[in-house]
Formats: sequence, structure tokens, C-alpha cells
Amino acid sequence: MVQEQAQQKVSIQFEDIAQQNESYIVGMWTFLVTEIMFFGGLFATYLVYRVANQQTFWEAHRHLSIPLGFFNTCVLLTSSLTMALTVHYSQRGLRKQQLLWLLVTIALACTFLVVKGFEYHHKFVEGLIPGANFRFEPAEHMRVAQLFFSLYFAMTGLHALHVVIGVLVMTILTVLIAIKHPSVQDFIPIELTGLYWHFVDIVWIFLFPLLYLIPR
Amino acid sequence: MKGVALLPDTASTFAQQVDLLFWFLTAVTVFFTLLIAALVLYFAYRYRRGSTASRAGAKETDLRLEIGWSMIPLTIGLIVFVWAAKLYADAYGPPPDNALEIFVIGKQWMWHLQHPNGIRENNELHIPAGRPVKLTMISQDVIHSFFVPAFRIKRDVLPGKYNTVWFTPTKPGKYHLFCAEYCGTQHSRMIGWVYVMEPAEYEKWLASGGEARPGALASGAGTMAGVPTASLVQAGEQLYKQLRCNACHGAADGQRGPSHYGLFGKKVKLRDGTVVVADEAYIRESILRPLAKVVDGYEPIMPSYEGLLDEERTLQLVAYIKSLKKPLQTAEVKP
Amino acid sequence: MSVAVAKPGEVKHNYLNAGDTVLSWLLTTDHKRIAVLYLVSVTLFFAVGGLLALLIRLELLTPQGDLMTSENYNRVFTMHGVVMIFLFLIPAIPAVLGNFLVPLMVGARDLAFPRLNLASWYVYMAGGLIATWAMVNGGVDTGWTFYPPYSSSYSTSQVTLTIIGAFLIGFSSIFTGINFIVTIHKMRAPGLTWFRLPLFIWAHYATSVIIVLGTPVVAITLLLVAVERVFRLGIFDPALGGDPILFQHLFWFYSHPAVYIMILPAMGVISEVVACFSRKRVFGYHFVAFSSVAIAVIGFLVWGHHMFTTGQSVYAGMVFSLLSFLVAVPSAVKVFNWTATMYKGHIEFRAPMLYVMGFLGLFVIGGLTGLFLASLATDIHLQDTYFVVAHFHYIMVGGTIFGYLAGLHFWWPKMTGRMYPEGIAKLAALIIFAGFNLTFLPQFVLGYLGMPRRYHWYPEEWQMLHVMSSAGAALLGIGYILPIFYLLWSLRNGAIAGPNPWGATGLEWKTDSPPITHNFEETPIVTEEPYAYENHHHQEEVASGTGASAAEG
Repeated sequence: MVQEQAQQKVSIQFEDIAQQNESYIVGMWTFLVTEIMFFGGLFATYLVYRVANQQTFWEAHRHLSIPLGFFNTCVLLTSSLTMALTVHYSQRGLRKQQLLWLLVTIALACTFLVVKGFEYHHKFVEGLIPGANFRFEPAEHMRVAQLFFSLYFAMTGLHALHVVIGVLVMTILTVLIAIKHPSVQDFIPIELTGLYWHFVDIVWIFLFPLLYLIPR
Repeated sequence: MKGVALLPDTASTFAQQVDLLFWFLTAVTVFFTLLIAALVLYFAYRYRRGSTASRAGAKETDLRLEIGWSMIPLTIGLIVFVWAAKLYADAYGPPPDNALEIFVIGKQWMWHLQHPNGIRENNELHIPAGRPVKLTMISQDVIHSFFVPAFRIKRDVLPGKYNTVWFTPTKPGKYHLFCAEYCGTQHSRMIGWVYVMEPAEYEKWLASGGEARPGALASGAGTMAGVPTASLVQAGEQLYKQLRCNACHGAADGQRGPSHYGLFGKKVKLRDGTVVVADEAYIRESILRPLAKVVDGYEPIMPSYEGLLDEERTLQLVAYIKSLKKPLQTAEVKP
Repeated sequence: MSVAVAKPGEVKHNYLNAGDTVLSWLLTTDHKRIAVLYLVSVTLFFAVGGLLALLIRLELLTPQGDLMTSENYNRVFTMHGVVMIFLFLIPAIPAVLGNFLVPLMVGARDLAFPRLNLASWYVYMAGGLIATWAMVNGGVDTGWTFYPPYSSSYSTSQVTLTIIGAFLIGFSSIFTGINFIVTIHKMRAPGLTWFRLPLFIWAHYATSVIIVLGTPVVAITLLLVAVERVFRLGIFDPALGGDPILFQHLFWFYSHPAVYIMILPAMGVISEVVACFSRKRVFGYHFVAFSSVAIAVIGFLVWGHHMFTTGQSVYAGMVFSLLSFLVAVPSAVKVFNWTATMYKGHIEFRAPMLYVMGFLGLFVIGGLTGLFLASLATDIHLQDTYFVVAHFHYIMVGGTIFGYLAGLHFWWPKMTGRMYPEGIAKLAALIIFAGFNLTFLPQFVLGYLGMPRRYHWYPEEWQMLHVMSSAGAALLGIGYILPIFYLLWSLRNGAIAGPNPWGATGLEWKTDSPPITHNFEETPIVTEEPYAYENHHHQEEVASGTGASAAEG
């Protein structure tokens, strides 16, 4: 059960705290629907091209590092767990545990970004950044391989942007919780961030096999 | 102001069929518009505030009415759907065998048309009445659309992919040709004329290499006089040899590459097990991007000709490969 | 303040006099004030779009294209489309009337997320200003559809800036959509069940669902075009490995439903107005409500009917064609139900009602000419001609703008506390109706003759029809200018409206005009069905003294 704690202020437009909380949750879910459609457009584009160019996409995807991708998948999955723990302790009003697991989540998210950065750097060294300097062997595959890497950077880039936003939000929350700011007195801010974070995680769960594990 | 046109020319068999549907739909539109307008005005007058008309028995809802007026548009819609789908499948489907084949290249901002015997025209097309005409079209840059209102025919002309359409002109005359898909600055100048000629006149025109032209010409348009007119197939053959396509693609399926004889229209099995029909688009793709569809039993070793061939020369190659019939002595063996 | 006149010596508080500094407007979180901010902004952009339209019609008076260069003409029609669609039609009814009315109609003190609502206006303005900036710095010439590879690789105009503008405007409507969905779900007054909601709310709910599901897709698609353009990534340009047809699929996946984003709210307005001025419950309430939902759902499955001539497979064409005929059914159901609402009503000819009657006629024409374009064979001929132009103007102007004007007049007393002048409002409605038909009826004929869209030059034999159309546009322009003047005039000089000048049902009429900052003194409790005009009949007729001798049913 939710432990008794200082209740959030009820904004003027709401009747009571229950209505306010429910509204925030419904709002977050609706926002996540728009996010799904946002990524959905990219996934649709990717799938159409992959079906049309299975062979070349397979060739191109061999330049991605499956170990690094797998490692990052584990990192994000773990961060989902720590996020769930944060929400759990937040609902119980246990501030210390909440802070601890929030910090672990941030650390994991940063780990993900660092590894992603190494991967991007590697692509840059290999000349796999789409544009005038794009190099790919064999040359006949170059055009389609460039399409693959265009989509790779668009999709993972947009995902990474979401991770960065997540890190920023969690950092702000950490500070607010640390200074016992009244706006984070109940669990709703953490709950909403948790929903967002699980979404970011799920997107990666789709990205990893789609990009890194293409069957021949 | 020069003249007032209210009805377009009707100069193809398709145009006649489409018009029938068009006027049916127009009748439906006029009928329902008048019906609703009449009801609205009548109710507005009869039941105006203060009128003494009886309001007894006014209802809030009526299931039978709702179902009724859902079924009316649904039924009309289904009738029109079937009627229109049939015509559409015909126009964009395969043409009759005796169709005259014209190749169309669209580019900013002109139409370039090639007859099978090598006559080339810019922004003008001469065709005989009474014979089906098949257009195979491609764009060199952005998306265009080949539109002849008198034929009620329109088809987008895409970069990188052949689109086809066919029609049978019926009435000799001179008709507008438009680009219907916005393509940049001079979009409204990407226009021309289609001349439908009596068959005998058309033969004369062909024989003269496109010199004998009835009617006035728009400036800047016309057949490119003086250009040697090797037929498309001949030009393609020359190119085929020059590029040494025959080194790998012989009269029979070889070790390095499959034969092109009898290829056109055949079903081809690919490495990944799918089966495709060898149409113009397939042949074009296999020349420019051979790895996209590799024939079953062959290694992906063919180099790409992308960037080496412009659309016109690609068309010539495609025309030549299409013309290669299976040699008679080879027995018809199904794979 | 104007309301002070109402009761001398006593200034009644309302949302308008709650603060009169510029900051009190720019930092407001009151949905009613944000609605006013939107009203001012969309009116400005409508004026810009209208002037561009007049330029187009002026140019097409002559076939030779002698007023401007082709380059400029292409920029003018593109910007007319961009401004009218993204900056006027999409936000007009939801962001102005919807913003004002959704909380009032559900009996809430504000939308669920007032700050998000304000952010929506700022994002809209940022997008609008970026688009305007692009316009004055060279403009954009791709057509509002941004088809690649022209937009991504060939055009030399301000494509990237305009796309960023459109992207931002998309987000502003997503914010509004989220707000409406949450508010309608969670903040309805006690007793206000789903089937007691005004149909205006149903329409806005369906609209919000489309916004939330569709807008992100077009946002990412346009972003990809911009990325392709700036970084030369190959996504849609076939020269870079892409497929331009895929863009069209993704674009129309949003942009066809976007048509319903523009028309559904107008349908909501029509339901309210026709019920009020017929003094009757909307006929077939449930059918009208669910037809909005049906339109929202089926509307997502018909995008391919914009692509019948592109070379998509014949079977895909057939599926999209069939579904397009299906989506016509709920629209037809609505029209029949509104007409039936007038049957045995007590019809009062006020300006909003005139707009409704105009809407019914024009929307029927617009809808039925849609059948020509849903039908595969006729679409081959009519696609990308003036027939399409005329068809969608019948929906967008005859439908959306008529609905918008009906709603603006209907709720003007609620928004400002003042009545608009009835006589001149009726005159304006008639001028707009006449001017509109004169402008766009000839365009159907032009389209059938084969006049392609976006043509700067055209064959001489079509000049007569173009001259008629341009004359109509001039008349239409006059019709649009009138309301701007008399509505502004009425702010000071209009008759005091009182809480419920029309004797209408609905929670928005149960509070002051203009409403107080938090809408209601205390949360209203709903005990009756929507449009319960029969309950209000006697008292209203006694009050207005119309001396009706109608027999009661």
C-alpha cells in the first residue's frame, strides 16, 4: 500500500489528488502513443527497405558489433529493472533507496551512451558515415549500404536522443529529491519518468534485433 | 478570350468508358445535392420558428432510417467501386499483343519520346488511330506524370522505375499532353501535343522518318530531324556488343550468366526462391543493380552499370534484350 | 472593460478583465485566454494565406502567366497551401473553439495541462514564424506536399526551414490533442457520461485521436526529407538508393487523416448549432457520435487513394478505393442526421444557422465529388487536376471554414459577452456562399477538361472559366473581410449578451458571458441528456416572446 506521505498540491483545474494523478498517467500514456508512432514511421521505412534489400542489408549489418550491441541491450534491460525499483521505493516513500536506484539507473544510461559513442566513433573511422566520404566494399553494395547506415544512424540517433533526455530528466529529479523539493513529494514524477524510461528501453529491444541480427 | 471549352475531347476507347462512369457519378452528385438542398430549404421554411406547421410525432432517432441511409451510399459506393476497378485494371494492366510500343523519358522540363523504329520526338507524339499504344515511361530526375486529357489517361513517370500504361486512340486530331505531377519551375511548360493520325497517314509519316507532319507545330518541339534513326533495337544491339554483355550472356544459359534469349515475359526463379516475371522493370534493374535480384544457380558476380548508362541507353539495351527471341532449334524445356 | 457597462458601478470578474498587461496574456494558462491568443494568430495567418490565394487568382486571369515568373508563382501556391493547412485549417477550430469550449462543455475549470496548452501556442508561433521567415527569405516551391526527390534534391528554395516550421506546428497540435484526450477522459463533471457529451466533444475526441496517432508519422517523415536534403543521406531519392513512393505512403498516412482533423471539429460545430436553432435534440445522437469515431478509424486506412496513378499495385489500389467508399458512409450518415434534425424543429434564421445550411449544401458537393476520386478509373483522369482542387476546397472552405464561422458567431457572445450585429453577419454569410461557389464550381469543369494543378500557364480556351473563378475569389475576399470588421466593432458596441442569448443547452451556457477565470462558481452536476431542448422549450418561448403556436409532440 501507498504509505502515508506529504501529498502533492492539487492544481486548480482538478477536483482532487486522485483525478490529478490519473490525468498525469493518462497524459503520459497518450504521449507515449505519439512516441510509438514517431518511431513507427522510422521502423516502417526501415522494414520496407530491408525486405527489398535483404542481401545487402545483411552485408552492411556485419559492420555492426553484435557484442557491443548485446552488452548495451543488457545494460538497458538492467536499467529498466533499477528504474522499476526506483518507482517501487518511491511509492513507499523511501527516499534513500529511491535516490540510490535512480543514481544507478542514470549510471547505466550513461554507460549505454558511452558504448554507443564508441560504436559511432568506430563507424566514423571505417568511413561508414553516410555522405560524400562513405566507403563500402564491395562497391556495388555502396548505394544500398549507405541507405542502411542512413537508417541506422537515424534510428539509433533518435533513440540515443531519447536516452539523453531521460538522463537529463532523471538528473533533475535526483537533485529535486535530494533537496526535498515539494514538487517531488509523491511518486507521480518518478512514476511518469519510469513509464518513459521503459518505453525507451522497449524501443531498443526492437532496434537491436532489427539492426544487429539480420539473418542471411 | 479565345473560345470556351466546356467538354473535353473524347479520343480513346478508355475515354468513352470513363466518361460513362463520370456522368453516372455526376448524376448521383447532382441528385443528392438537390435532394439535401431541397430538404434543408423546405424544412427551414415549413418549420421556421413561429410557423403553424404541426410538430407532432417528431422523433429523436429511428433505427430503420439510420440503416436505410447508411445502405444507400454504401450500395452506390460498391457499384461504382466495381465498375471503376474493372476499367482501372484494364488501363494499367498488360496491353494487347499488337500494341505499338513507345518509350517515354521525362526530364525537367520536357518529354522525350522514342518510337520502336528509332524516330525520336520531343514534346510531340505521333500515333495511329485504332491501334493500342503502350507507353513505357521513366524519369531522369524528379517525378513527372504523363497526362493526355482527351484519352483520360494519366500515369506518373518515376525516377528509377518503369511505369506503363496503354490506350487505344480512336479519333484523329491534335490533343494536349501535360505533365500532371508538379516537377519544378517550368512545370506548366512541360507540355506538348499528341497527334492521332489516320493509319495510312501514319505510315507515310513513319516512312519519311517523322518528317511529314500534318498540322502546325509548337515552337521548339518536333522530331529531331537529321538525327540518324537506327531503330531502338539496333542501337541496343550495338551497345550490347560494346559493353560485352555477350561475354557472359550467350545464346544458352552459360556458367557465368543466364541467357537473354527468350527472357522477356518469362518467369525467373531467384536465389532466395522467389519467382519474378522478367518485365522491363526487372531487366532494367538487373542491368543497373544486378545484385538486387540474382537468378537461381548463379553467383552475384555481375558488375553494376549504374551511373554508366543514362536512361536513353538503358532503354535501348532493354529494347534489344526484349527483342531476343528463343532460337527455334532449342527445345522448350521447362526448368 | 466592456462588461462594466452591464451593471453600472459593479465590475464583474471574468477571464478577459482578469489582467490587462501584455504579460498577463503571454503567460496565461487560462484555456480561454490561450484560445483568444490562437484566435488572433490564426486570423493573421488566414489573412496571409488569403492574400496569397488572391495573387494566384489574379495571375490566372490570363493564360500567359504574365503577372509573375513561374518561380514566384510556384512559391505563392506552395505557401498558400502551407499557411492555410498547417497554420490555419488544422488549428482553427480545435485550438480556438476547442480550446475555449472543451473545458466549459465538460464542466471543468481548465484543460488537464494548462502549461502544456500555453506551450502549444508558443510552439505554434515558433513554427509559424519560422515558416514566415522562410517565406520572406526566398520562399519554398515544392508544393505543400514536399514530394521528393524534388524537395530533397532539386529544389533550391527554403525547404529545410519550412519543414522545421511544419514539424513544430505538428507538435503544437500534438500538445492540444493530448490535452483534449486527457480532459475528456478524466475531467468530465459529475453526471456527464459519455453519451451525455455534446457532439462537439465527440468530434474533438476523434480529432485528438487522429492528431496523436498521425502527426508523429508525418513529423518524422518530413524530418527525414530535411535530413536527406541537408546531409545527403539517401532515404527517398532513388539516385541515393531510396524510394520516393515510400515518402508518399508515409506522408499521406498522416495527411489524409489530417483532412479529418480539419473537418471533424467543423462537424462538431454543426451538430451544436443545428440543434440549438432547430430547438431539437440532434437526430440519431449515437449515430452521429460513432460516425466521428468511424471516420477517425477508417480515415487511417485510405491514404493510398492519393496514389492511384503512381504505379502502386492494382490490388493495393482496389483495397484503398474500396475503403475510401466505406469512409464516405459515416459522413453521409451525419449529413442525413443533421437534415433530419431540422425536420419538425423550430428553426430560427440566425447567422450561424445560415452557415450551417451552407455547410450542408457545400459539404454534400464536396463529399460526393470525393467519390469521383475514390473511384479508380475516373481518378486516373482527375488526379492532379483542378477537379481535385475544387473538391478539397469544397471540403476545406465549404466544410471547415463554414463550420468555423458558424461556431465563431455562435460562441462569440460567450467569448466576448457581446452580440455580433445580426444583419450584416447574415449578409456576409450570403456573400461568402455566393463567392465561394463562383470560385470553385468552374474549377470542377476545368478539372474535367484536364487543367492540371499547379500550372502557371494554361491553354487559352480555358480562360473564361478561370475568369469566373477569379471573380468569385474577389467576392469571397470581400465576404471574409466583413466579419473581421463587424466582430471587432461588436467588442465595444455589440448588445450585451447575457449568459445564454440563444437559449441553448450545454454547460458552457450555464456560466457567465464572458466566463469567469475558472469557468464555474462551483462544479456543475449534470442530470439531463444532451440537447434537452424539449425541457427548455416553454420557458424559452415565454422568455423570448416569439409567441410560438407550435403543437407540442
